[in-house]
Amino acid sequence: MSGSANVPLIEVENLGVRLNTSRGPAQAIREVSFSLGRGETLGLVGESGCGKSVTALALMGLLPEGATLTGSIRLDGRELMGLSEADYCKLRGNRISMIFQEPMTALNPMHTIGRQVAEPLRRHKGLSAAAARKEAIALLDRVGLPDAAKRVGAYPHQFSGGQRQRITIAIALACEPDVLIADEPTTALDVTIQGQILDLIADLVAERGMSMMLISHDLGVIAENVRRMMVMYGGTVVESGATEEVFTRMGHPYTQGLFRARPRLGARKGTRLKTIAGTVPELADLPAGCAFAERCAIVESRCRAALPIAVAVGTGHRVRCLRTDVSMARPIGILDS
Amino acid sequence: MKTLDQVQSGELPLLDVRNLVQRYPLPRESVFRAPGEVLALNGVSVQVMAHRSLGVVGESGSGKSTFARLVMALERPTSGSVLLLGRDLNRLPADELRRARRDFQMVFQDPYGSLDPRQTIARIVAEPLTALTRIDRASLRERIVTVLRQVGLRDADMDKFPHEFSGGQRQRIAIARALITQPKLIVADEPVSALDVSVQAQVLNLLQDLQEQFGLSYILISHDLAVVDYLCDEVAVMYLGRIVEQGRPADLFEHCAHPYTRALLEAVPRAGSGRVRHRRTAPVIASQSVGASGCPYATRCPLADQYCRETAPALRRFGATHLAACHKAEVVMALPPLAKEGG
Repeated sequence: MSGSANVPLIEVENLGVRLNTSRGPAQAIREVSFSLGRGETLGLVGESGCGKSVTALALMGLLPEGATLTGSIRLDGRELMGLSEADYCKLRGNRISMIFQEPMTALNPMHTIGRQVAEPLRRHKGLSAAAARKEAIALLDRVGLPDAAKRVGAYPHQFSGGQRQRITIAIALACEPDVLIADEPTTALDVTIQGQILDLIADLVAERGMSMMLISHDLGVIAENVRRMMVMYGGTVVESGATEEVFTRMGHPYTQGLFRARPRLGARKGTRLKTIAGTVPELADLPAGCAFAERCAIVESRCRAALPIAVAVGTGHRVRCLRTDVSMARPIGILDS
Repeated sequence: MKTLDQVQSGELPLLDVRNLVQRYPLPRESVFRAPGEVLALNGVSVQVMAHRSLGVVGESGSGKSTFARLVMALERPTSGSVLLLGRDLNRLPADELRRARRDFQMVFQDPYGSLDPRQTIARIVAEPLTALTRIDRASLRERIVTVLRQVGLRDADMDKFPHEFSGGQRQRIAIARALITQPKLIVADEPVSALDVSVQAQVLNLLQDLQEQFGLSYILISHDLAVVDYLCDEVAVMYLGRIVEQGRPADLFEHCAHPYTRALLEAVPRAGSGRVRHRRTAPVIASQSVGASGCPYATRCPLADQYCRETAPALRRFGATHLAACHKAEVVMALPPLAKEGG
């Protein structure tokens, strides 16, 4: 807890990630920059292959072997790029924690849940087995696992999906991290359980003054849970800004398309969904210019020439599009129905 | 073919499910006690008319997939009947059932797992037809080309393999495979939940177009209320193996009469402007294996009282097309309307 108030907790500048895939090297991330202040919540929305999970893994230092990183990631002013694995181990689960999408596979089926919640406490805080167990029970109790004291000795398969996600949240929170990264934490859960888990995460984030990065493909989840948001497509951020601002005046044709393509309650049979033609591009063969060019209705030849720069269209609202004069001529968002 | 005419004209339902019950045994916990049972379906009755779609919604464990398996005659129910075009599928001799299968086909959730990676698209799509009838190569090829075009794929795609296609295209292939026998009913189990949002819309529009073109009926199993709202004429909400509310989307989504439907609707995240999400009550997950009396939803219901816990509610009628199984339905219907989603 060293940094002063005006230094952002996390500062990512011009991040680039190159991955080796079966189809050859792929530029999974390019020119991603953002910052996350203490106690702030940031949403990352996009479809499969847009680079949102790779961004999270880059922050966690968990990219697969052979990945090449460029740019800079700073935590509390300290550069994480090029940090040794041993040093990263001291941060992971301690100052930066992550909740994964699949609570079924994120837990080790061979260990009791008590042992798994206690593990970061023993490793990072050096607690004794007895003290860690006691702390683990308190944590499990806090995340709303019924009968925590009785069930610390149970194994993951004895819990439901929602309960298992509560357990992974307890593990992520054990060392009171500064930053919590939640990668699609509710995608594998039922919609009624989703609400409870998001409520729990929101409570804990507020209670401990943590910063949170919430990754989701669901615009509704993002709208309800974070103050600021970024929309990713083809490995880069195409739009970013305050959630309210973005939802009122969507600037990028992709954000607008995603918003309108969503089936929503009240759209009765007989209405048609406005689709985005084509499919999400493969990371291995991204075009040099705007990644959305192939699917964009207002594309011009200059869009394909080079990756457009992000232009400011409002306070803190940036859009990576050359044609915002056309795309934003008429407001598209929650006010237009 | 008298029944077929009556079904087409809407005199008779295409599919008539009557009081369907399915029990599965649980693993034996003690040698001295009889093994327990799960009541996966507990008396489900529903009808689907020709050219209509029924949506089935509910959480995991509500019995919606068991319902789909029984409608597809993939297993036999403990009791109750499934009548398609007036014939009870469970009483048909094996070879007749086999022939009857051309009238009902299924589209599965995962377009990566449901297509054999070693077969060409032509073979995958042709399989339901070649399994049912003898057909010469030329006319088979012609049928394949026709259905591929109907789902928006190219003729040249027939000699490719599944890995050459994206998720959305694979789901189109799965739909083509269901269409090739010219079925009357397609059961689609979560057909778009594995797809990206921008591709979901394309597949949903395709399903709607195909219905208009061929007068298909759908049973759409989904956890996504918005998808059901978009594609269906009627919706059944399932909870622990029972239908707790049933009606047109307008009935259910605007005047819902069951607290469970309301809980599902409230849980849908909405893209509203900076709206602070209101808190949901923490429900207790009920068990399916207990043969308790009373309303199965009572343990989670904020309105439940002693009467609810003692007496199971039957489906009651609240309008020409609207049914709900709740003692407190009038209270639920009088609750303030839910926030609408923008966009």
